[in-house]
Amino acid sequence: MDVMHCTYDIDGDDFTSAGEASGKMKRVLRKIGVDFEIIRRCAICMYEGEINMVIHANGGTADVYVDVDSVKIELKDNGPGIPNLDLAMQEGYSTASEEVRNLGFGAGMGLPNMKRYSDEITIATRLGEGTTVTMMVNFNEKVRRGSFESCGNS
Amino acid sequence: MNHAVTLDKEKCKGCTTCIKHCPMGAIRVRNGLAHILDERCIDCGVCIKVCPHKAKKAVCDSLERLSEFEYNIALPAPSLYGQFHNLEDINVVLQGLLDIGFDWLYEVSKGAEIISSVTRQYIVSEKDTPRPLISSACPTVVRLISMRFPKLLPNIITLIAPFEVAAMNARREAALRTGLSADKIGVFFITPCPAKVTAGRYPLLMEKPVVDGVISMAEVYKKILLAMKKIKNPPQLSQSGAMGIGWAHSGGESSALPQKQSISVDGVDNVINILEDLENGVLLQVDFLELNACNQGCVGGCLTVENPYIAQSNIKHLMESLPASSPKMEMGKELLLELRGEKPLQYSPTLKLDDDRAVAMKKFVRIEALTQKLAGLDCGSCGAPSCRALAEDIVLGHASEDDCIFRLREKMQKLTGSSEANEYLPPPFRKREENEEN
Repeated sequence: MDVMHCTYDIDGDDFTSAGEASGKMKRVLRKIGVDFEIIRRCAICMYEGEINMVIHANGGTADVYVDVDSVKIELKDNGPGIPNLDLAMQEGYSTASEEVRNLGFGAGMGLPNMKRYSDEITIATRLGEGTTVTMMVNFNEKVRRGSFESCGNS
Repeated sequence: MNHAVTLDKEKCKGCTTCIKHCPMGAIRVRNGLAHILDERCIDCGVCIKVCPHKAKKAVCDSLERLSEFEYNIALPAPSLYGQFHNLEDINVVLQGLLDIGFDWLYEVSKGAEIISSVTRQYIVSEKDTPRPLISSACPTVVRLISMRFPKLLPNIITLIAPFEVAAMNARREAALRTGLSADKIGVFFITPCPAKVTAGRYPLLMEKPVVDGVISMAEVYKKILLAMKKIKNPPQLSQSGAMGIGWAHSGGESSALPQKQSISVDGVDNVINILEDLENGVLLQVDFLELNACNQGCVGGCLTVENPYIAQSNIKHLMESLPASSPKMEMGKELLLELRGEKPLQYSPTLKLDDDRAVAMKKFVRIEALTQKLAGLDCGSCGAPSCRALAEDIVLGHASEDDCIFRLREKMQKLTGSSEANEYLPPPFRKREENEEN
């Protein structure tokens, strides 16, 4: 059985459409009968990632690979990159503009939530080139591995 | 599961208006008739509102059923008071109910006030229940959540509905007063919407129905209007205040709570949007979420007669001259227990393609591929609301590719080997001209 693959474009100019891709992914997972707690975790990971791409990177693409027992979410952007990944992973740390914060975003919980709700997260970022966040969520495993690694941070 | 929303086969023209508007994609046109897929229907009544031929209707109980009982009690929903122009005194409407054949009445708005005060306790005592708490007053919303937003089921306030409180109190009081046994007393709820007809017959949170029948507001309205013309000085019959009557429109239930932190959302699409947000983990800094499937709340129910905006204004006008609420009732802890639902709300998955996830995935991939092949016009000629819905029906074995007139046309063209059939294309499919603007 092949892996099911869906690609979604995240529009960087449009705050109001952020969350659309996560909504679409949710419908896919519901259709194939994934447990709703898992769907919620996937949706949060994807939603936070989408918002991040809109706020910081002028959009990008989201690739979702659904296997029978896991989902892999790959978020790719050509934004400015993350200068200090350790800081970025801290809860409450945010580089979002005042304007973005006034819209109710930029609370510094994006990456921490993505880490918390995924089983595995890999972040590859290069300054001036962009960032790729890859997250795995397993459907069956009760014990989550919670591993976290970053690579290619220049 | 039986629904109150059904089809009048004589009137249905097999047009595709209702399939396009149904928020659950629960209608298919087959052999000239718009069939409702029972397992997907949430009784929202949108199809009743949009049908140009009045072919969708709610199956309610008729006033004739009053003859089955020795003593009959009407339970008017507060939205009833919003149906009359220039109404200054609710007692005129209530006397009208007595004049058309009821022996007694118990206002649902009084039941609503009881639920409001118990909800205040509930918010304080249920500290561990996830926030925001979601009102269970709109049965369509509860069904929607149990089908599409299972994660939010624990947020629902598991108190029974105002009409159920009213029904239990009315029957008990009437039995004491008349000496009749409970089964000789008929208790009839006068409803603004079909969802509450279904909820009356198949309660969401109770084991057994507590009303004997549910009568459409539109049917009662016609009779009452004639009776009301003759009423000059009605006795004081109303027992509820502005707080209970406010439940008739969106925002009323929230304003009966001390918590300033509440949001009221009305209209089924808006309700779906906010539930999506909540499920996505969007934090709403509120304690209470009032959700009504109908625009403007219950005054927008499809069994009402007045324009919902006018009805809402009528309700607000009536509220101005009323005390905040009915005389204080004893609200012990026991009442909170008594008004709690007897059965838990259950997740009823209707979207799953197959119980086996691997099979479901295969089906999903086929649906995706098939959707790409279809015209994408969402024309509805196949009887499904969209090309994607048709693709899903095909994969699940409920429809065939030939149901799509564009696919059929291609097939015929191949069979005849002629390109002539392709010369005339409907406007959406004609090739765009090179210099065409837009």
